Amino acid sequence: MTRLRRKDVAKAIALLAIIVVALLIPVLATDPATTNIAVFTAMYVGLATAWNIMGGYTGYISLGHAAFFGFGAYALGLLLAHLGIQSGFEPFLFVPVAGILTALLAVCIGWVALRTRAATFVIVTIAMMFMVQLLAENLSGLTGGGAGLSFPVPPWSGDFYNTPFYYAMVLIALIALAASWWIRRSKFGLGLLAIRDDEDKALAVGVPARAYKLTAFIISAALVGMIGAVYGYYVTYIYPQFAIDPLIGISMVLMVFLGGLGTLWGPVLGAVILEPAQLSLAYTFGASKLYLVFYAAVFLLVIILLPRGIIPSVMDLLTRFGRRRAVGPGDPAATANANEPHAVAGVQSP
Amino acid sequence: MTLVLEAVIFGILTGGVYALMASGLTLIFGVMRIINVGHGALVILGAYLSFALLKSAHIDPFLSLVATMPAMFLLGVVLQVVFVRPLKDNREALSVLVTYALALGIEGLLGFIFTNNLVQLNAWYETASFAVFDFHIAYVYVFGFGLCLAILAAMFVILYRTDFGAAIRATMLNRTAAQLIGVNVDRVSALAFGIGVSTAAAGGVVFGLTNAFNPGSHYDLISRLLTIIVLGGLGSLRGAVIGAILMLIVEDVAAVVISPVWASFAFFVILVVVLVVRPQGLYGIRVRERI
Repeated sequence: MTRLRRKDVAKAIALLAIIVVALLIPVLATDPATTNIAVFTAMYVGLATAWNIMGGYTGYISLGHAAFFGFGAYALGLLLAHLGIQSGFEPFLFVPVAGILTALLAVCIGWVALRTRAATFVIVTIAMMFMVQLLAENLSGLTGGGAGLSFPVPPWSGDFYNTPFYYAMVLIALIALAASWWIRRSKFGLGLLAIRDDEDKALAVGVPARAYKLTAFIISAALVGMIGAVYGYYVTYIYPQFAIDPLIGISMVLMVFLGGLGTLWGPVLGAVILEPAQLSLAYTFGASKLYLVFYAAVFLLVIILLPRGIIPSVMDLLTRFGRRRAVGPGDPAATANANEPHAVAGVQSP
Repeated sequence: MTLVLEAVIFGILTGGVYALMASGLTLIFGVMRIINVGHGALVILGAYLSFALLKSAHIDPFLSLVATMPAMFLLGVVLQVVFVRPLKDNREALSVLVTYALALGIEGLLGFIFTNNLVQLNAWYETASFAVFDFHIAYVYVFGFGLCLAILAAMFVILYRTDFGAAIRATMLNRTAAQLIGVNVDRVSALAFGIGVSTAAAGGVVFGLTNAFNPGSHYDLISRLLTIIVLGGLGSLRGAVIGAILMLIVEDVAAVVISPVWASFAFFVILVVVLVVRPQGLYGIRVRERI
């Protein structure tokens, strides 16, 4: 019992340390180039964590989350334009409103898309993303169409410019993490995991699968929409192909897979590793299309070499190591157990 | 009314090439249970291969298929063996990511070599046309439609009249059972992937003759192809062909009746309607398995 408590204390300290370091970054590194990377990394920590609530816990792989991201950005931009909000800190107050609007979109999309399962669901989410992109393009009276939509330009300059956006991104990422943590240990989360493992059996034992899936989808989408809203204000100008970019949608998925699908910290780890790498690739090869080739190569390496993600693989190694020490080397039962693929895949929380 | 009729004829003619591309995609899905998100990029790659042969050696795009289809077949087999076969756990989800990465890699490579400028394959039949009653139909659409029909027919003959086709269909029905009765499932999968990719090359030529394209065109293409195979029912060749022609007719009619900018949207609206009424698609069976 005491040992468990000591473990919890260690966990709490580690968590606190991570949060303090995250909050101190703009104070420690003030140059805009670094804080710019920090803003995008915090953004992807939030995106990957939010995506994981649907994709990781429920097992429904959505490749269309870029639609919610772009929709959130458009929602905030249009709110600011129609309500005549001046730039400054005030636009941040409307980010939750953009999140609620995105949740409404998620209800519509989820209602249709969640009638399907597995591969069909993946495809439907891709189609829905292009549908939203097309709407942003075609409803030009509202969205400005291909000409794009401008946000009020933030009044800050120099080293401070990135700071408010960084904290906004970190705040949403923390909310996403808190939601993810809470869902994991709730009855709701248990239902989601049951759906992932076998939806028909989950239904049979009384999990309200449809309502649960839709709820997870909405929570995930609303968080992504809020992040998209902050992003829109940060970049100050969006157009359909830029705001609803399939690459953003696939990047958050890749980060979750790299870190560990269905784990609490996997998405965070994936984002912290991949986003700076992605930005430096873009910086080095930005002008040429070779950037995409390198990105694809990293992508393929991750999936072929680490199909289950870093955290599950490492946890697996640790258990195997621990058991071997406990049972003695070469014990066939222990090794066989540790090799069992589904025993630990993504279920445990580090 | 004549405009609508013309749109219907045009929809059928352009539907042919989508039927061919979607058949390759649905064949790959049927045999391996994976969604090849890179299919659109492979179509564009096929178009660029013929484009390169046309520009460097003045080889007619249709003729160039003699070289590009076998080359793309080999490429498909290699891609399957190197990237798809190693996937074990969670195959459906991981294969989506792998093929997505392949699409990005192909897009990047093509962009690096050919730049992002729009190009189009050209030949004498691209602009020449003939009149049927009051309609002017460019030869290229008829030739393209004919080619697609021929390849589709060949695919159906292979699938339904040969032992290899029987092995493919057995694998599509039940992978484990096929393995038990002695089908070499790995070999069938690699060859089916190759066939799917080589039909993408043929689709690419017809697509490239009738549309301007650049390396980024694959996004639009894959969203349409995936919509078509979901509409037809995943893994159903018949569904893919009928779905493609239906979709293109609707799109072309919508372009005339409503407005060209909303034509692609009509495409997706049909998808939504079909999913609400019949989630398994036109010819699909209710999917019980999960990712």
